[in-house]
Amino acid sequence: MWKRQAILAAMIGVALSTPVLAQTKTVAITAIVEHPALDATRDGVIDALKAAGYTPGENLKIEYQSAQGNPATAAQIARQFVGARPDVIVPISTPSAQAVVAATRDIPVVFTAVTDPVSAQLVRSMDKPGANVTGISDMAPVGEHVALIQEIVPSAKRLGVVFNPGEPNSVAMVNVLKEEAGKRGMTVVNAAANKSADVQTAARSLVGKADAIYVPLDNTVVSALEGLLAVGAQAKLPVFSADTDSVVRGTVASLGFDYRQLGRQTGEVVVRVLKGEKAGDIPVALARGTDLFINPKAAAAMGVTIPDAVAKRATKTVGQ
Amino acid sequence: MSDVAFFGAVEIGLVYALVALGVYLSFRVLDFPDLTVDGSFPLGAAVAATWIVSGGNPWLGSLAAMLAGAGAGLVTALLNVRFRILHLLASILTMIALFSINLRVMGRPNVAILMQDTVLTPFYGLGLPDHIVRPLAVGVVALVAVALLAWFLTSEFGLAMRATGVNARMARAQGVETDGHVYFGIALSNALVALAGALFAQTNGFADVTTGIGTIVVGLAAVIVGETLVPLRGLAGALLGCVIGSILYRLAVQLALSADVVGLEAADLNLVTAVLVAVALILPRSRLRVAKVAK
Repeated sequence: MWKRQAILAAMIGVALSTPVLAQTKTVAITAIVEHPALDATRDGVIDALKAAGYTPGENLKIEYQSAQGNPATAAQIARQFVGARPDVIVPISTPSAQAVVAATRDIPVVFTAVTDPVSAQLVRSMDKPGANVTGISDMAPVGEHVALIQEIVPSAKRLGVVFNPGEPNSVAMVNVLKEEAGKRGMTVVNAAANKSADVQTAARSLVGKADAIYVPLDNTVVSALEGLLAVGAQAKLPVFSADTDSVVRGTVASLGFDYRQLGRQTGEVVVRVLKGEKAGDIPVALARGTDLFINPKAAAAMGVTIPDAVAKRATKTVGQ
Repeated sequence: MSDVAFFGAVEIGLVYALVALGVYLSFRVLDFPDLTVDGSFPLGAAVAATWIVSGGNPWLGSLAAMLAGAGAGLVTALLNVRFRILHLLASILTMIALFSINLRVMGRPNVAILMQDTVLTPFYGLGLPDHIVRPLAVGVVALVAVALLAWFLTSEFGLAMRATGVNARMARAQGVETDGHVYFGIALSNALVALAGALFAQTNGFADVTTGIGTIVVGLAAVIVGETLVPLRGLAGALLGCVIGSILYRLAVQLALSADVVGLEAADLNLVTAVLVAVALILPRSRLRVAKVAK
């Protein structure tokens, strides 16, 4: 008898000590696997939620599950989250996002670290995602790259691009590049290189036809970058790259992002949804470029000078 | 555990029940440890998804997936029977080759069919919620597979196949053409696994090259959990045991996913799943031993 009363008292005590918060929001995050970039993205999401006044344990409940590399588990986590009816689900990576989107048509979904959300069929279009889904793509910020090229080489009108048509990711990127360059009054000139040995020839074919060269995230071209840089220096054609690592190897400049920042950007969208906006009304955004790398020596060799305004913003200046 | 999570676990369990049936056929009936399934599961998903994305009929796509899976099984059987490569190695060779083939089939690492019609589309409009429709539809497929397999394995041809697995030399002495039965059995096993892959792609909206990782582990676990925990006798009982074992395995994963309440972290998922399955397998035996000691 005493025992039962004690248990009852303990239960009441627990119930009273748990603060009842009317406005507690639940955000369920899932990733396909533990991975430094994906973990950083998750931490970034939580950073942004905290910055917006949502404190885990107070007015925010974070649920996190990793599928440990197994898509069947990812599907099961998706069902688990949908059943728990959180306020927002944040799937990190393409398979996790697909599993979540397949499992719900009404719970808001904000995906992240998905390179091509349209061909992954998460949304019908980047501008008007519709339904319950929006998110952030981790494709390189191509539009910002074009703007950067124009800032450094204001006279550039024709942008040459060397890429391997056999790499789906580069093809997708070149398509985005055409759109973004068009918006800013530039035309794109293609030069295909099917293998590393063709990269230099492809670059030479651009001499006289382009005012600058852009290197997308293309494994074939990036692996043979030095040949392309030699053409740039001989023909005084400034070479820009989509990735910041290539700036260290000798391209003029690039703008990159890190995954913690990508997560923060995603978290900002999650906050908008928590505040009542419809996910489907928020356009899918590309990752914001935050890390500006410049290489003044390479710029000089290719006949351009980096304006002071750009040099001041640089987060890393190669050669210093 | 919410309704959606429970029926989700049952649904994925039923999809993997087809894998368990395939594994039962190779490991138990033919005594042929076949690891091809880690490749034929995503092969089925890849073929069905690519078929559907190019505008093909999803039923035909699922059939094409089964044929592709059977083809993969035939390659393994050929390497083993014709070229005398150890069965384990033969199946590993096919499995690793299938990774490249799956990439070729899809042309990229991931094909989405979230917006296309699948074999499940006609059933979504019948008024039941999606999370009930999916396990029902997949359950019907699994039960049909059990019925057909039970019928097949008790037919004269099926009995000869079982004899091949039990004692190939004795079967040959009785005039059974054992090589043919190995070809047919491994092809059928992988066709079932590929069908599971095709259904997985259609219930989850995508095919991904990584979907195959650990398929054999899940299939084998389902077979053994079924054999240990399901008290049904006979061949049909064993086949039903595969289905129930597969669902129980998924419920164990589901429990592990809900285990964060007791202070476990997301990283502990696989460990918790393994412990739960191990406990499920050990408990009935230890109770038996206690009973024996008490006597």
